[in-house]
Amino acid sequence: MVGSDLVMYEEEFHRIDAELKKLHQQANSKVVFLVDKNGQLIASAGDTHDIDTTSLASLTAGNIAATGGIARLLGEKEFTILFHEGEKDNIHISLIGQRIILVVIFDSRSSLGLVRLRVKKASETLAAIFEEITEKVDKEKGEGKLEEALFAEISDEDIDNLFR
Amino acid sequence: MSFINYSSREINCKIVYYGPGLCGKTTNLQYIYRRTNPEQKGKLISLATETERTLFFDFLPLALGDIKGFKIRFHLYTVPGQVFYAASRKLILKGVDGVIFVADSQIERMESNMESLDDLNINLAEQGYELDKLPFAVQYNKRDLPNVAPVADMDKLLNYRKVIWFEAVAVTGKGVFETLKAVAKQVLFELKKHY
Repeated sequence: MVGSDLVMYEEEFHRIDAELKKLHQQANSKVVFLVDKNGQLIASAGDTHDIDTTSLASLTAGNIAATGGIARLLGEKEFTILFHEGEKDNIHISLIGQRIILVVIFDSRSSLGLVRLRVKKASETLAAIFEEITEKVDKEKGEGKLEEALFAEISDEDIDNLFR
Repeated sequence: MSFINYSSREINCKIVYYGPGLCGKTTNLQYIYRRTNPEQKGKLISLATETERTLFFDFLPLALGDIKGFKIRFHLYTVPGQVFYAASRKLILKGVDGVIFVADSQIERMESNMESLDDLNINLAEQGYELDKLPFAVQYNKRDLPNVAPVADMDKLLNYRKVIWFEAVAVTGKGVFETLKAVAKQVLFELKKHY
């Protein structure tokens, strides 16, 4: 398999969650999302009740992938920030460390300038956390701990049972 | 590239339906969507043209059940089959865990099937994957039409890896869940092997 699977632990999740909540507040935004480049929702903050978060995550990843494709055609490595302006709501999408996508939805109570500023700060913190996760996964894989944690417990029979 | 979330106790995997234009990839997803319980599925998203040809992708999130307290979720994607959407097709394969190749059984579509399979090999290789190592199944679709090629012939042309294959009529649902289950199962076994 190419690259490593994304693994999220309890401890790091809480730190990410706290960082997103902080960003949500400081940027005066409606909702903040963190999405894997493959379209998996990692975490969110704010009022997500009215939003289909799974679809939003996959479409955002599609959006980033398409923009990345355009960038390469133009000889750019990547466009790291996307901004969509709507009548009421706006959406600010940015890439963190080539792998994670940060999405901020905001309305007239905030401004693009404020969002950009806060996103920049939060990105640095989040990038550091994801760096730590990668190191942790590599370390645990090396020690065979991940296996103990989950997959050793799953038998072939468990998988078969899922498809009965 | 699956996503294992210990915090929300979820395992997320990505399966891509690949194949030539009009072979029935979207129809597969539509059938799965119709026949799944509401609590098991999310919205079926189709980014299509006005004539309902897939423009970018279709997407369907599906919850299969629990294993040892972990929710097992699959994200199903289709690629746009038409030749000139090559650039978008490549993007959908990013982070794929398993592939279903949907072949059109009509004799006159055999060349398109082979072209699409070559295209799949090339695009996977560009992302650093090898088709030979991925969870993979082949679906011979449209078996209800009058002018279909014998399965044995299709298998020779399209299934050099000798992977599991299914005859299907996606519009009526024949073979649809069978194909999905076969690949989903391989993905989970692969994940188990990997860790």
